[in-house]
Amino acid sequence: MKRFILALALATALPLAAQAAEFNQVHADKSAINFTYQQMGVKMDGRFKKFAAKLNFDPAKPTDAKATFDVDLASIDTGAPEADEEVAGKPWFNTKAFPTAQFVSGSVKALGGNRYEVAGKLTIKGKTQDIVVPATFTAQGATGVFDGAFTIRRGDFSIGEGAWAKFDIVANDIVIKFRITAASK
Amino acid sequence: MRSTVTNSYTTTAKSLHWLMAILLFGLLALGFYMHDLPLSPQKLQFYSWHKWAGVTAFLLVLVRLGWRVTHIPPALPTSMTKLMQFAAHAGHFMLYALMLAIPLSGWLMSSAKGFQTVWFGVLPIPDLLDKNKEVGDLLALVHKSLNLLFVAVIVGHIGAALKHHLIDKDDILTRMLPRH
Repeated sequence: MKRFILALALATALPLAAQAAEFNQVHADKSAINFTYQQMGVKMDGRFKKFAAKLNFDPAKPTDAKATFDVDLASIDTGAPEADEEVAGKPWFNTKAFPTAQFVSGSVKALGGNRYEVAGKLTIKGKTQDIVVPATFTAQGATGVFDGAFTIRRGDFSIGEGAWAKFDIVANDIVIKFRITAASK
Repeated sequence: MRSTVTNSYTTTAKSLHWLMAILLFGLLALGFYMHDLPLSPQKLQFYSWHKWAGVTAFLLVLVRLGWRVTHIPPALPTSMTKLMQFAAHAGHFMLYALMLAIPLSGWLMSSAKGFQTVWFGVLPIPDLLDKNKEVGDLLALVHKSLNLLFVAVIVGHIGAALKHHLIDKDDILTRMLPRH
């Protein structure tokens, strides 16, 4: 019993030990942000090649977790060069005026197991929406992998205006899939 | 089972011939028109329509080939020389070969370019090739070249039919017409 109390005292007195379990070093080369959507019934996919991610996540204190993502919209890879050029333009992302999309986390809920729900604000093309992102976290030693997917409606962010505003050719729903690998210090 | 020799094509054969003539003319016109359009919703729509029609044409060709192997087509006039008869058979063989090869090359090109073909936006046709820019560009060239050849063979086909009707004054053209 004495030994147990000692261990308990040690554990609470050692914030360093808790910090060691915080995952906060994002490995860009092992992380990815992809998207899929429908184009006249055809499933299309693409990805963003460049994004900056800041992340603090301690599995012991998930509700304190914080995440910020800045996605370089010009780094989009739609799979076709002429489409990459098109979506940089004014009707789509207008990357000259709005070069990045940003996600900033708010509250984090632990759903049990390795599942979490991250509420936050997503800003694209000057428009901010509250979104909820489900994610799983899998730790493998000193690195951890966050996986998740959520759906946004491009219409909510005016992505694809004018001739593209109707959803009969390019669907409204865009599924964003991410895999973020982070290490603890 | 082959039916007996007749002088005229069956209604089925005539229907397939003219249905495909309209479909292929539309496909060719759309294909040559759409390929260098700037990207727009309309261009994507045209591409989808072209692919849906292309798959449809391919299936119709299979039906026609099914008719062809179960029926003896009307014989060529005996007034034709052996060489001309050979040319006629070779021409028809080319038409069938191209009607099969062109949609196949289009489907493979779509796969290699990373755009799956989904028939009428409902039925996905499996991608046989993985996405690959070089293969995609090569298949685009193949698809285009086959179509240019197809146009040449069709011009020969129409020219030959008109020659039979206007110069030889035989029934080659009229036996493919409705109500003959």
